[in-house]
Amino acid sequence: MAERGTDRVKRGMAEMQKGGVIMDVVNGEQAKIAEEAGAVAVMALERVPSDIRAAGGVARMADPTIVQEVMDAVSIPVMAKARIGHIVEARVLESLGADYIDESEVLTPADDVYHMDKSEYTVPFVCGARDLGEATRRIGEGASMLRTKGEPGTGNIVEAVRHMRLIQSQIRKVIGLSKDELMTEAKNLGAPYELLLQIRDRGRLPVVNFAAGGIATPADAALMMQLGADGVFVGSGIFKSEYPDKFARAIVEATTHYEDYELIAKLSKGLGTAMTGMDISQLEGFDRMQDRSQ
Amino acid sequence: MMKIGVLALQGAVREHAKSLEAPDTEVIIVKRPEQLEEIDGLVFPGGESTTMRRLVEKYQFFEPLQAFAKAGKPIFGTCAGLILMATDVVGEPEGHLELMDMTVQRNAFGRQRESFETELSIRGVADDVEAVFIRAPLITEVGQDVEVLAEYKDEIVVARQDHLLSCSFHPELTNDRRFHQYFVQMVREAQTAVNV
Repeated sequence: MAERGTDRVKRGMAEMQKGGVIMDVVNGEQAKIAEEAGAVAVMALERVPSDIRAAGGVARMADPTIVQEVMDAVSIPVMAKARIGHIVEARVLESLGADYIDESEVLTPADDVYHMDKSEYTVPFVCGARDLGEATRRIGEGASMLRTKGEPGTGNIVEAVRHMRLIQSQIRKVIGLSKDELMTEAKNLGAPYELLLQIRDRGRLPVVNFAAGGIATPADAALMMQLGADGVFVGSGIFKSEYPDKFARAIVEATTHYEDYELIAKLSKGLGTAMTGMDISQLEGFDRMQDRSQ
Repeated sequence: MMKIGVLALQGAVREHAKSLEAPDTEVIIVKRPEQLEEIDGLVFPGGESTTMRRLVEKYQFFEPLQAFAKAGKPIFGTCAGLILMATDVVGEPEGHLELMDMTVQRNAFGRQRESFETELSIRGVADDVEAVFIRAPLITEVGQDVEVLAEYKDEIVVARQDHLLSCSFHPELTNDRRFHQYFVQMVREAQTAVNV
């Protein structure tokens, strides 16, 4: 008997992406450039995060035409974003055949209290997390993959670094706790106890955790890998740079060989201008995308 | 002591390394072509075949890997690894490393929603091997030197050609290590053959 949509099938899909780069694209042509450059998957969007910021207003699921166009253009997996809590957008993307859904704070949340019950879907989900509590709550809801939230569309790595470091240090702490200390830690983190127990026993998260939000250069990608990321998402960084094709290739290589500094030096030469960055302290309230969900 | 490498350009490297762990086996994470000289067998893990192929070429792995296979050293390709090993890929002008005489079709089952797990009967291994298929390829044709070890719904999913083994699913995603043990035994036999 063949079984679809099991945890192993959904989480396994993300395992295959490890050590790779997932790139944001807004049309088939960009998707082809990403695939050629060695991306392990693409995220089909109507606008990249920095343009979502610039445009303002409500950001929603991409027009299905775009998702379809991207799926037709490449043979690598295609991901797409649904608004937090928007069950119908997620079902629509699933019916289109998207390979992964990002329940994403980059879009304007549809539900400001609840995330979706992702265990109900055949398609796997990725969700953002800033700390271990958020990470385990999302896994508890059925997310098969995690990513740091960072601060999308800023080209500023500082928040992704903060989130990755915090999650890693909280995992190390959990591993060192005795069983009787774990329940209080679960309360403090707002984390499901059973998942913390699993993390303590296995010594790591039960799903892969990618870096996302603000990665703008090959060195940024390598930095996140050194901090313990399983792979990276690059949003605005590639197609907002001067030479996307060259930039995409350089980021893929820096992610594979993240400890080879001579290679990263070589890759970083003559790449042209990276995307224009943004100081995150300029952002307030709703403009801080990472604060849009808990 | 056997040394078995896992090609670590991208994909499920850690899981394969874990599945191969044994008292008489040292697992080597292979990131550079010169590391091939120190190992007795190699696993091509699952991942994205287009990404892996690009990195194989970029880091001058292409010829060393072909030489490795020619020297009679066992290779085990899973999912994307199987695609790299085939002489022909449906819809593409040529194969990649062209190590095994067979034609494969990428994403043969469809998109991720069609991915599944099942129990598989593999000749020489067991009749209840746990198999996770993720956007899996299929072997559509094999040459006369290739032995079919397993089929799923009449389609070929495991094949062997002498010291080369490939499958379209992911044995590394389960705790069922019997298929990895089968490959380890192939490496052991190849090693004995060399020593005699």
